[in-house]
Amino acid sequence: MLKYLIKIMGVFIPIIFVAGMVSAKKYDGVTIRVLSRPGPVISGAIDKRGKEFTQMTGAKVIVEELPYAELFPKILADWTQGTNSLDAAVTSSAWVPELVDMGLVADLSDFVANDPGLKIDDITPYFREFNQKVNGKTYTLTLDGDFHMFYYRTDVLNRFSQEPPKTWDEWFKVAEAIHGKDYNGDGEPDYASCAFKRRAAQSYFTIWSVASSFIQTKGTSQGVFFNVDTGKPLINNPGFAEGLRVYKEMGKYGPPDELNMDISDVRAMYLKGRCAMLIEWGDTSPLALDSDVVRNLWGASQMPGSKRVWNRDTNRLENCNPTLCPHAINGVNHAPFGAFGGWSGYINKNADPKVIKAAYELFSYMNAPEQSNVDVTQGWTGFNPYRFSQFNNVDQWLEAGFTKSSASSYLNGLKESLNNPNFVSDLRIPGAAQYTSVILDTEVARFLAGEINAEQTMKNIEEKWEEVTEDFGKKKQMNLYRATLGLSAAF
Amino acid sequence: MNTLNEWIEKQSRKLFITPAVFLILVFSVFPLIASLIISFTRIRPRAGGYTMRFVGLKNFKKIFFGSEQYHLLGTFEAVSAFGWILMSVVLFLLIWWLHIYIKREFRLIGFVGRLISALFILGITILFSTTLFSDKNFGTLPMTIIYVIFGCSIQFLIGLGLAYICSMNLKGKTFFRILFFMPLMITPVGIAYQWRMLADMNRGPLSGIWQALGLGDLAWGSLAWPARTIIMIADAWMWIPFIFIVLVASLDTVSKDLVEAAEVDGASKLLVFQDVIWPQIAPVAGTVILIRWIEGFKLVDIPLVMTSGGPGISTETLTMHSWTQWRALDFGGSSAVAYTLLFVTVVICVSFFNFVIRKYSQANQI
Repeated sequence: MLKYLIKIMGVFIPIIFVAGMVSAKKYDGVTIRVLSRPGPVISGAIDKRGKEFTQMTGAKVIVEELPYAELFPKILADWTQGTNSLDAAVTSSAWVPELVDMGLVADLSDFVANDPGLKIDDITPYFREFNQKVNGKTYTLTLDGDFHMFYYRTDVLNRFSQEPPKTWDEWFKVAEAIHGKDYNGDGEPDYASCAFKRRAAQSYFTIWSVASSFIQTKGTSQGVFFNVDTGKPLINNPGFAEGLRVYKEMGKYGPPDELNMDISDVRAMYLKGRCAMLIEWGDTSPLALDSDVVRNLWGASQMPGSKRVWNRDTNRLENCNPTLCPHAINGVNHAPFGAFGGWSGYINKNADPKVIKAAYELFSYMNAPEQSNVDVTQGWTGFNPYRFSQFNNVDQWLEAGFTKSSASSYLNGLKESLNNPNFVSDLRIPGAAQYTSVILDTEVARFLAGEINAEQTMKNIEEKWEEVTEDFGKKKQMNLYRATLGLSAAF
Repeated sequence: MNTLNEWIEKQSRKLFITPAVFLILVFSVFPLIASLIISFTRIRPRAGGYTMRFVGLKNFKKIFFGSEQYHLLGTFEAVSAFGWILMSVVLFLLIWWLHIYIKREFRLIGFVGRLISALFILGITILFSTTLFSDKNFGTLPMTIIYVIFGCSIQFLIGLGLAYICSMNLKGKTFFRILFFMPLMITPVGIAYQWRMLADMNRGPLSGIWQALGLGDLAWGSLAWPARTIIMIADAWMWIPFIFIVLVASLDTVSKDLVEAAEVDGASKLLVFQDVIWPQIAPVAGTVILIRWIEGFKLVDIPLVMTSGGPGISTETLTMHSWTQWRALDFGGSSAVAYTLLFVTVVICVSFFNFVIRKYSQANQI
């Protein structure tokens, strides 16, 4: 009996051993801890693709979630103090230059160079060259192409014989014609415009989507936050003043409690069909597919522009001309704003080398067209398009539930925006949170609430921005700012 | 062995309180000292640690006299006639108060304490006179004081009223005692979201009532005083149960014999409350007000969820102000605001304790 058992074991043990070796996966025993915002948006998508990655490679992916306001402080504390409990993060790409400057983020350039599956040339130039790189090296992989677009209800505009506005002046004419009418048949008057203007929410992005077309005319590298030659904030000028005026006037055509509405409130409103025009990220059209009221009723275009822009030499608002607005379309200067930059994946430089490699492959898997082209068609993921193949292939959008015309409008809007050489890059230098989400946001909130006028608003923002710049060191800050715009150091 | 036992016996008092002392030191005292140091610095995280640069009083100068003055204190321009009158009256009363103290029972420590309180009250009066009472915008410090003094006073009156009713021999009082206590068991963030829904004038669950009251079109979140009122209502809804439950317990200890005797003597209900019931519950009432004020100064969750401190900065509290600075990684600025809050809380609460609670208790003992 014993001899028989030994014979059986002699046969099966090698088989089990070989089987074990064969099924051993590349990253067995590796755990990747990724930090991101609360799901299902973004984190849910990372979790889903993470499970697939685990199946393929054996690496365990743990997604840790924190409220948005705590993400950056957490990463800073964890990576600067050497705790290193987080291996990677998926957050705003605008935060990455500051982390790179502190030597905390792994350089992914070599990985990218040896990764044909990434299809790097399929990523649009803005996201490839500005969003993913700092000082010419790749530090993040784009998972979400964030920028603001202009959306409009095609049925409402058609009903009132209005054309989608191309300028802010046209916007007001359309708003005047359609505001207060019933768009969704519930007997209640609805709103020409819905915008999230709540303080400490996302208002500090929307103001730039409005003001940029008055301020930046000569391409992405001209910049909209600071003068790239002198370092002076580009706030206290006729262009920003006009942006503030438009931003406040828009409120007349919106819900009365607009000042207390954040993005969730606005999304709830437009999904119920109560809004006709919207400034939002690329989530609008995919999200609308889940609404019985507005499915496939949203058209999209790049942000309205202006025929009058700020001439930095004369410090006046002047009509566009080929010299002043070389990128104008039919005399209109558009400046689509890359609000937030987009959720991007980056890796802790001090993580274990094997974990770094595994984390890169996770983000590469998520970024690859086979996965990302599906994810961007689904509103719940929070991922928006950033690859040419995502704009050019209509079929995947039709499969997601778009009609041909709504897909065509949406994709044209995306292409128009990303192909615009005057695309505005979000602020991506140390202290970005102080400059925008605290100082700018607070002063604009005070302006909208009527506590201060436009002049005082601009003066306050300029003064405080200069304090922050001095605090960080003007030379270093401005050189970093230039680097984010693809310019060499000059200070 | 006996020596060891004796030693342990001698040291036992210290040994038993050591864990509590350790916890207080670690979680209260050391962080207090650390944040005081941070308030005099600029801290920047960097790889391997952080850089700390001593900047002296710069963080405090910025919030009291610099670019953040409007945020903490408010906007100062011409003072209204009412503001001048108020400042003059308060100044006169404070000088008279100090004068009375010097004449009657002067002690150096007592005088210094009273002087600090007087200067503080004068400062707050000037602040309100030059901002709120001159129709100018005011900052997080005056706003917090309004939430605490005015808001908590209303809460106390309502809580006392409910406690008085529930202390009477009425049918169903046990049920109402439980009902009135329940809001205290809900998390503040939950209450904030709940009130955000309840206060939605045209889509919320109470929209029918708001519209019947003619408030259907009120966009309270876009208007300063309506937003402040709704926040105070939400805060009151959460904290009245605390005041209620403490005062109910205190009212239950009031001697029934004294009350009956007063009623038999023909005293009205008001007189019975004023002369019999109130003196017996006053020490507890004073303590509950003090506890409520201390808690009230920390108000952050309700305004943060309901309005994010808006419209503008009209509903922002000192704690929210400090948090906003922290969020922007301005740790020095955040600590400076937090220490300002600490100073204000300590002066107000210690003054209230010394000049109201203790004085009243001493008077009653006599």
